[in-house]
Amino acid sequence: MRRSALEITKSQELVYELKIGQVMTREVVTVAADTPMSQLKEILRVQRISGAPVLQDGRLIGVISIEDLIKTLEAGRIESTVSESMTTVVETVFDDESVIQAVNKFALRGFGRLPVVSRDGKLVGIITQGDIVRGLLQQLDVEYHEEEIHRYRASHIFEDIESDQTGLLLRYKVLPRDFVHGGEASSKLKRALERLGADAQTIRRAGIATYEAETNLIIHTVSGGEIIAEIRPERIKVTAIDDGPGIDDTDKAMEPGFSTAPDWIREMGFGAGMGLSNIAVCADQMRLSSKAGSGTRLEMSFHLQGGERVRTR
Amino acid sequence: MNLKEVLTIIEGRIISSEVDLGTDVSMACGADLMSDVLSFTHAGTLLLTGLTNPQVVRTAEMAGIAAIVFVRGKLPPQETVSLAESKGVALLASKYTMYETCGRLYRAGLPSCGLFEPVARRWQEAFENAPDIETFRRGS
Repeated sequence: MRRSALEITKSQELVYELKIGQVMTREVVTVAADTPMSQLKEILRVQRISGAPVLQDGRLIGVISIEDLIKTLEAGRIESTVSESMTTVVETVFDDESVIQAVNKFALRGFGRLPVVSRDGKLVGIITQGDIVRGLLQQLDVEYHEEEIHRYRASHIFEDIESDQTGLLLRYKVLPRDFVHGGEASSKLKRALERLGADAQTIRRAGIATYEAETNLIIHTVSGGEIIAEIRPERIKVTAIDDGPGIDDTDKAMEPGFSTAPDWIREMGFGAGMGLSNIAVCADQMRLSSKAGSGTRLEMSFHLQGGERVRTR
Repeated sequence: MNLKEVLTIIEGRIISSEVDLGTDVSMACGADLMSDVLSFTHAGTLLLTGLTNPQVVRTAEMAGIAAIVFVRGKLPPQETVSLAESKGVALLASKYTMYETCGRLYRAGLPSCGLFEPVARRWQEAFENAPDIETFRRGS
């Protein structure tokens, strides 16, 4: 259910990323300026289109539509030429512009189609709202498959690489007091575990514990620290290390509610002294070693259970 | 209970774009302490909070929170909304206080995340094995 919300946001992103040239129709049916309207009628009927760009010496000079044709028929001027009835002020888009430019023009002006020109003024295609929808769907499909492939490749990594003991080492740097990027290391680790096919419960436990450890590095360290995750088929080991200031009394630091966090951290909803005890609950094994004046090393292990472990078959 | 029902009960508003109102939440947690959210929730929880910084969304992401309701009419800054949209976390808002927003949902049948084992253990150590509580019980 949450995927649909994610993908709609993704499609909003795509209208900025995708270029008009990627989604437009390249084979454009054009008509010459001196084409009689009677002949245009046949072209529209045979090609099953509702309008066409008008060219003169290869340059775009107007657009003629089925509405223009109806008006000429009503006026009994079916033998007049296209150039007499066409719209001459032509709104165009460039092929290297984002799809959003076309979306906006469709929305604002109510056009059915827009001729696409290159920067040197040549007509290179035509774009309709249908082209945009089709292009977005295709791109979403491509990206979805790419993620599937990432997942597939990652989940087979332990089968594909043979050794007596295969492990994957992921290192993340954490900067002190950098709350803007706080949580990115944990977020990336979580995504890696998802791609590796770990079970949801273990991912959640490891994610929360790592996030608590990452928050501690941000709040308390002098010069930041590092989070190192070692992933093996049967277990994940996450180590958070820093070089100071160190903890006076690790037993006391483990007590729920004991905190040395400053007020500004507390205002953000952290620093209540629950982090280490929460890590102890989430992790299958935990080891905290520290010395005041030097650094702190926190090790957490998470067992991947039975059939739900990282795939090894 | 889905998010559409939640919105009706709390008379709330949608804050992030493209929220799927069909998303189900099976329990809720009210907290202004992110450490509590990390400790006392399950995946699929609805979070009610008065904090609006981006770390609330990070916390939700790590804890598998399905949606966040900001209480007391507080609205999050754009950076919080952007992060939520990129992580697929739905954002809603309520003009009522934390107590009333939670109360409305609880009365409508949305349960809490339950009692957690470390808490239950601490509680037992503090009270239920203690003789003075026994005395108190006998006396009442």
